[in-house]
Amino acid sequence: MKLTMAQALNACLNQEMARNPNIILLGEDVGKDGGVFRVTEGLFDKFGKDRVMDTPLAESGIVGASIGMAALGLRPVPEIQFDGFSFLAYHQVISHMARMRNRTRGRFTLPMVLRIPYGGAIKALEHHGEAIETLYAHLPGLIVVTPSSPYEAKGLLASALESKDPVVFLEPKRLYRAFKEEVPEERYTIPLGKARIAKEGKDVSIISYGSNTPMALEAAAELEKQGINAEIVDLRTLNPCDWNAVTDSVKKTGRAVVVHEAIRTLGFGAEIIARINEKAFYHLVAQPRRVTSWDTIIPLPETERYFFPNVNRIKKAVIEVMRE
Amino acid sequence: MPIKRVFEGSVDYLQVLDEFGNLDKKLEPKLKPEMLKKMFELMLLTRTYDDKSVKLQRQGRLGTYAPMLGQEAVGVGAGLALQKQDWALPTYRETQIYYIKGVPLEKIFMYWKGIEEGLKYPEDSNTFPFAIPIATHLPHAIGIAFALKRAKKKQAILTCIGDGGTSEGDFHEALNFAGVWQVPLVLLIVNNQWAISVPRSAQSASKTLAQKALGYNIPSIQVDGNDVLGVYKAVFEALEHARSGKGPYVIEAITYRMSMHTTADDPTKYRNNKEVEEWRKKDPIDRFRAYLKKKKLWTKSYEDKVMERIAKQVEEAVAKMEAYKSDPHDMFKYVWQDMDDNLKEQMAEMDMLISEEGSA
Repeated sequence: MKLTMAQALNACLNQEMARNPNIILLGEDVGKDGGVFRVTEGLFDKFGKDRVMDTPLAESGIVGASIGMAALGLRPVPEIQFDGFSFLAYHQVISHMARMRNRTRGRFTLPMVLRIPYGGAIKALEHHGEAIETLYAHLPGLIVVTPSSPYEAKGLLASALESKDPVVFLEPKRLYRAFKEEVPEERYTIPLGKARIAKEGKDVSIISYGSNTPMALEAAAELEKQGINAEIVDLRTLNPCDWNAVTDSVKKTGRAVVVHEAIRTLGFGAEIIARINEKAFYHLVAQPRRVTSWDTIIPLPETERYFFPNVNRIKKAVIEVMRE
Repeated sequence: MPIKRVFEGSVDYLQVLDEFGNLDKKLEPKLKPEMLKKMFELMLLTRTYDDKSVKLQRQGRLGTYAPMLGQEAVGVGAGLALQKQDWALPTYRETQIYYIKGVPLEKIFMYWKGIEEGLKYPEDSNTFPFAIPIATHLPHAIGIAFALKRAKKKQAILTCIGDGGTSEGDFHEALNFAGVWQVPLVLLIVNNQWAISVPRSAQSASKTLAQKALGYNIPSIQVDGNDVLGVYKAVFEALEHARSGKGPYVIEAITYRMSMHTTADDPTKYRNNKEVEEWRKKDPIDRFRAYLKKKKLWTKSYEDKVMERIAKQVEEAVAKMEAYKSDPHDMFKYVWQDMDDNLKEQMAEMDMLISEEGSA
């Protein structure tokens, strides 16, 4: 069946909730309204108000309560409505969600999945379009996942819902309805912590994840016509990250272009390039490039198209590294 | 249209045994002599290991420590009101509740020494390690209470917070959730008048801290926190209320932090010694000793014997703490369920460096 990412996530939640009675969805407007992005649509009617809970408007309370539930063996799936509001719960994530296993020496683990729609380019309001993945990938103890397509989204979320560790599941807003893809109705999982080669190639490695992988694929398809055979590494999980997939690809191609929606300075690309330098430096035949948003405050919709990476910018960076 | 009153609320104050030894017979909880002695002995134990901790810190054998002097009755009264199956999330100034919940004394010492293993509590102790960022554990208590209610068990959770903590957002978010979800939760506000150097008066314009519960439609009461019988009674009844499905309850215990916030500050810089001396007269242990004496449950030789036993118990716990050797590999072990290649590599790097540097 062809589904959008929002539909694929919904199908996954539906399937997993039927399998596991301990899964509880909670958040602002996730119940009757089905979530502001409709990811939980229909689940309130199917599973009832005790499993799909409209909570008070309080992010810290939502994540904090989920921590208590998870420690007692439930599998809460809190939703933060928009990335820009996740900071009201950030102290719960950094001080407790990420650390409970360590603080209790393994006595308590937190089998919870914190879902956050992230990133922009959907002409959203202020504080509704932040690419905040690095803020979560920087916290040991969390598994940080971001899917790049409907198929990926369903399989990765299914794994997240079985994880023994707390997962931050970052859903790229711009991909919720960007395109449809064949998604199997039957259950399948995609392992966490493993990258995928979204497209094989030999000339240059484009390393990306989440919201920008489809753009990288589009750029690669166009570059192919110009005789450039690019490989796309889709990280899927930012932490723990599959660094071998990155360095193996770069060792093969000798060239690296990192693409992400977040800003450049201390963006996840900084870590990617550091790892390449540490493990594949002598295989490089060109300086690595980063295609990212600018190191500015994210602009309001009127000028956002100048801010984000786009297919053209990716192509330009690739052509530059190919020239060296 | 005449103006209508749409809300009214009030807060009662409970005291069973006052600082002069006067007892309100009608309010006195009906407790067996063994229970009364247990209360007394646990307060003595608390004072002893607390005092020992400060001394160890001064000798460099313990890290920064948060003393509990003067607040022994709060944790003991509240802790003893709990049943085995109940949960408790105290703060760092009610560690006697952990002890009552089955956490060995050496674990408490170990944590203050800087050993994570001190936070690994027995499986059935039904507690989390206390949260250092103030009030952040209160939403956890909501989630636990939710899970208990969902399992339809006759269990409740007791959680504590200081007067300073009532200013935090998590305090209000937790109370709001508790009210909406009607969970079996008892929130004990331990008002010890000081949040490090900030007095209660500068913390909130609220006449009482208990009344904050009324904003969330949660019943509340104020109790003399230096009256162990009062604390016990208030918490016991609030837990009964919670366990029987009547929803959450808030208690404000009025007490005083006789000592420092932690061993890292000097209270003479920010508060008047006269105030401290006034509170010394309200000491929870002296008051309860007089009560036991009237009941013919106390003799000097009884207390001497108890103190001898406690001293031995504390020394043994300290010895266990000092004998424990932390393993630096453990910092890698509990990040995730499984160590990834990155962590394995870094652990190997650490091992190499340790072998070069020699372990200090």
